[in-house]
Amino acid sequence: MEYYLQLIVNGLVVGSIYSLVALGFVIIYKATKVVNFAQGELVMVGAYMCFALTVQFHIPFIWAFFITLGFSVLLGLAIERMVLRPLIGEEHISVIMVTVGMSSVLKSLVQLFWGTQIKVYPQVLPTDPIMIAGLPVAPVYIAAFCLSVVLFLIFSVFFKYSRTGIAMRATAFDQQAAQSMGIGIKNIFAMSWCIACIVSAVGGVILGNINGINSHIGHLGLKVFPAVILGGLDSLLGAALGGLIIGVLENVCDGAARQLLGLGGFREVAAFIVLVVILMIKPYGLFGTKEIERV
Amino acid sequence: MQGKCGLFFTSYKGEAQIFQSGFQKIMIVLLIMALCVAPFALNSYLVSVMNQIFIAVIAAVSLNLLTGMCGQISLGHGAFLGVGAYAAGQCTLHGVPFPLAILAGGLVTAMVGMVFGIPSLRLKGIYLAIATLAAQLVLEYFFLHGGALTGGSNGLLLESPQIFGFTFDTEGRMYFLLFFCAAMALLMVSNIMRSKHGRAFISIRDFYLSAEIVGVNLFWYKLIAFGVSSFLAGVAGGLWGHYTGYISAEQFNIGLSISYLAMVVIGGLGSVIGSVFGAIFITLLPEVLNGVANGLGAFFPDVTQYIVALREGVFGLVLILFLIYEPEGLAHRWKLIKAYWKLYPFAH
Repeated sequence: MEYYLQLIVNGLVVGSIYSLVALGFVIIYKATKVVNFAQGELVMVGAYMCFALTVQFHIPFIWAFFITLGFSVLLGLAIERMVLRPLIGEEHISVIMVTVGMSSVLKSLVQLFWGTQIKVYPQVLPTDPIMIAGLPVAPVYIAAFCLSVVLFLIFSVFFKYSRTGIAMRATAFDQQAAQSMGIGIKNIFAMSWCIACIVSAVGGVILGNINGINSHIGHLGLKVFPAVILGGLDSLLGAALGGLIIGVLENVCDGAARQLLGLGGFREVAAFIVLVVILMIKPYGLFGTKEIERV
Repeated sequence: MQGKCGLFFTSYKGEAQIFQSGFQKIMIVLLIMALCVAPFALNSYLVSVMNQIFIAVIAAVSLNLLTGMCGQISLGHGAFLGVGAYAAGQCTLHGVPFPLAILAGGLVTAMVGMVFGIPSLRLKGIYLAIATLAAQLVLEYFFLHGGALTGGSNGLLLESPQIFGFTFDTEGRMYFLLFFCAAMALLMVSNIMRSKHGRAFISIRDFYLSAEIVGVNLFWYKLIAFGVSSFLAGVAGGLWGHYTGYISAEQFNIGLSISYLAMVVIGGLGSVIGSVFGAIFITLLPEVLNGVANGLGAFFPDVTQYIVALREGVFGLVLILFLIYEPEGLAHRWKLIKAYWKLYPFAH
């Protein structure tokens, strides 16, 4: 029993990172209808940036963290301006492929600068485990979970009450109507890429603090798909819940497969098998908008 | 249909021909003759590159049938090749003659592809792309953990293909086999596109609701598209497995699926000739980069490792630049070049 509880706790922590990355994904999709296959690479770039600032330039961690966020804003602006804007109005597949190409470029740049070995972050938080309900949990896990929740709350409030947030929701709902009410669509697009880059970078920094980083953490981006599909491609709450559910699910399935069937590596596919089942039953996810088409 | 200047069609049959003018027929015969002579004139490295291109052509044209012509995005095509490779490999290991094994591999892959195509009735666009991504990862997992069926992480060792006692054991011999198969695949897809099924595919791609209104059975045609496309992918996979003589799960990863999609997009969506251009381009890209790395390595010893690290980045960059500056693909550029020569010296 304790084994499974531990799996669930670990799953929640991993899931909270999925939620963050999924949040970025959903924000981009909501505002621009772009499916971003480079989401995992944005996580990777953020993680490496913070690593370089703390370890190679000896900047205190907190400052490095904020500089990384600033850099993420610039990265988001650059991506939107140079890569995505020329493709407005192109077909689905072109937009997908351009983000795929972007992920290759980002991955190879990171490998060029930092190589492929695992890099370990300096310990920022104490390493002694804290007991929660009789289970030892590392402080970094708790910090990760709390940070995700806080970010999620901030963005919920932002979208609900701030002028920009409302403009973004309006754009997502109906681009033409929003534009005719004087909302600058291009700014909204740029803004959504910035936010996506920021939340991904935070996810990357958390991940680096937990496991260290290597150039394969971009693989995380693939895990985001089951999470957002489960929640619904255009729902923030869905992204948060979907991430947590997928995190727990894959950890428990992996543990169960390992213990009961002796199968290794089930983690990689568990989420995707669930995904296919969900798609067959509820194609628009738990909270996604149903597109109704009738003839 | 638009013919060359001075070419008038007097029958529907004439208009539907693949090669409409005598000049085109002469050119294609010359091309085939040149390709038949090529392996004797080239060294074995270049022949092996050509062989890779032939396999890529089959895979690219099959994906183009599904994605470019029927509008169903598939991120799992690399895994479909894997299914074909393992299925055909198991057949020849159990003593089935090579041609039958390749066909069996194709049929098994068609079945698998159709199973993963079933969601396409309810899912469109991005949702379908993600469902096929799931297919890719599930199949990849199966390749690694399939026990005796896939050889697990050891993979399968295969012998060179044999047809009626003739063994295709050198690059030059494989060349003719692969050339023949690639030509057949191109012919098959071109012919499908000229039939009513091909027109149904295009109508589904352009607007599925209109297609349904004019009586196209969406589910049936989408399944056919998945089936035919996976069949060809399976054939390509079977040929690849027997060509390299070794199959392992890493060969058929998501990167392969993406590079086939890149071939289709760079070549030109929905164009048979575009698939050929895309396959040539994407297969040659790493070879050219290797050549550049070796050439520069003689002068700057450090540069080689950087270029190897940058290879993936260059692939991505090329993809991005193509999508931004040449969104219609190489097939469109080919059309423009032909038009230029036809109209020269006038601009229009």
